[in-house]
Amino acid sequence: MVFKERVKVMEEADIRRAVQRISHEIVERNKGAADVVVVGIRTRGVPLSLRIAKALSAIEGMEVPVGRLDITMYRDDLHTMSQPVVKETHLPGDIEGRNVIIVDDVLFTGRSVRSAMDAIIDFGRPASIQLAVLVDRGHRELPIRADYVGKNVPTSPGEKVKVALEEVDGEDGVYIGCEEE
Amino acid sequence: MAERRHLLDVDDLDREDMERVLDTARSFSEVLHRPIKKVPSLRGKTVVNLFYESSTRTRMSFEVAAKRLSADVLNFNVSTSSVEKGESFKDTALTLEAMGVDAVVVRHPVAGAPWLLRQWLQAAILNAGDGMHAHPTQALLDLFTMQERLGELQGRTIAFVGDILHSRVARSGIKACRAMGMKVLAVAPPTLLPPVALEGVVTGSDLDDVIPHCDVLYMLRIQMERQKEGRFPSLEEYTRLYQLNMQRLGKARPQVVVMHPGPMNRGVEIAAEVADAPHAAITAQVSAGVAIRMAVLFLLLGGSEGGEKVA
Repeated sequence: MVFKERVKVMEEADIRRAVQRISHEIVERNKGAADVVVVGIRTRGVPLSLRIAKALSAIEGMEVPVGRLDITMYRDDLHTMSQPVVKETHLPGDIEGRNVIIVDDVLFTGRSVRSAMDAIIDFGRPASIQLAVLVDRGHRELPIRADYVGKNVPTSPGEKVKVALEEVDGEDGVYIGCEEE
Repeated sequence: MAERRHLLDVDDLDREDMERVLDTARSFSEVLHRPIKKVPSLRGKTVVNLFYESSTRTRMSFEVAAKRLSADVLNFNVSTSSVEKGESFKDTALTLEAMGVDAVVVRHPVAGAPWLLRQWLQAAILNAGDGMHAHPTQALLDLFTMQERLGELQGRTIAFVGDILHSRVARSGIKACRAMGMKVLAVAPPTLLPPVALEGVVTGSDLDDVIPHCDVLYMLRIQMERQKEGRFPSLEEYTRLYQLNMQRLGKARPQVVVMHPGPMNRGVEIAAEVADAPHAAITAQVSAGVAIRMAVLFLLLGGSEGGEKVA
């Protein structure tokens, strides 16, 4: 399957501004960043979480811990995958009593976020879990919503949203398109 | 029909498959350090440990691995089962199948027994040791342990020392090490070496000659009954010529890794002080065993049946 892009909905500057705004909202809502831990969902949630943590550190003048989460072990659709690949999970220190911000690139059905919450709770009992996404494309299948959204992008269920990030893809941009054989 | 997945011996795996198992195991080893050491990956799957040979360690390792993945585990030990009443291997297997198990972990004193199960059953078969033939998860956990200690294995040298002839650990281990690009030596009294040359393995009978050239010294368990078979004159002589003691360890490379599949005969193939030395990775092998068996169970049962063959 090859992704065929049709529309570019976010430019590099839009992504930069969205990350900035989300970071300010996180600080506002959590009254600083003292108890905040940022956790990115693999793959593209990880570079986004690093950008947000860097922005938080700059805003608050303190190091904000960052972790990365592989949710493969928690997926509810394992039986449909031919060869699931489990990558490493790393959470920075104890999350007990912290405010954990889950970061992902696209919020779609909500199933990845459900898996991520299950994974995080296995590491301890955070004070709260919040969700930051770059793009919310709708079509939820679970009662989950994002606390921080870069951009709401209305889509049809058959469309694909591709987030490209410098760290992974060599450029920043968000595209809507479809998959073709 | 969708292809079933099994792990019968390391020859089922090419180097890429092995690397995938090792990488997956690395991810799972992190689970073992969490406050809640359990993930839901195999929820609703049932794994049977079918052991026709007593082996508390291997069975417990598979049991812990399956439980950490939330699978249900049944233990079928020969001494407590209807095998004593004369039920055949095949009937036992078919009974398990009728109970709806997803994977059968089998240990059997007869080489090839897991291959029979594969013909009879729909479930995934994992070989946990068959006769003197194969023990693939041991070979994989040994690779994992070596990688943790040494990093890249390509070009490294390992010597298997001791009863190579009767050892399924050595037989699978040699294949796995060769597949990873290691140089493999086998050191034993001539009576404990296989009569047919092992492919790609340099064999010898002088341990002192070999020690300075090795990155890994893999000491095999000496089964006491072999002496009664006349394989070596006395335990004292074996110990004098083939025991890894502190004096021999002193001639080895400073970073040498000492391994043993357990259970050890302290004072026979390995001196007690060596087993407790920082070079010894013997308890690390046990921890690696759980991570490797989690990875193998996950790769065999985690994906869809129609998926590509892992193992």
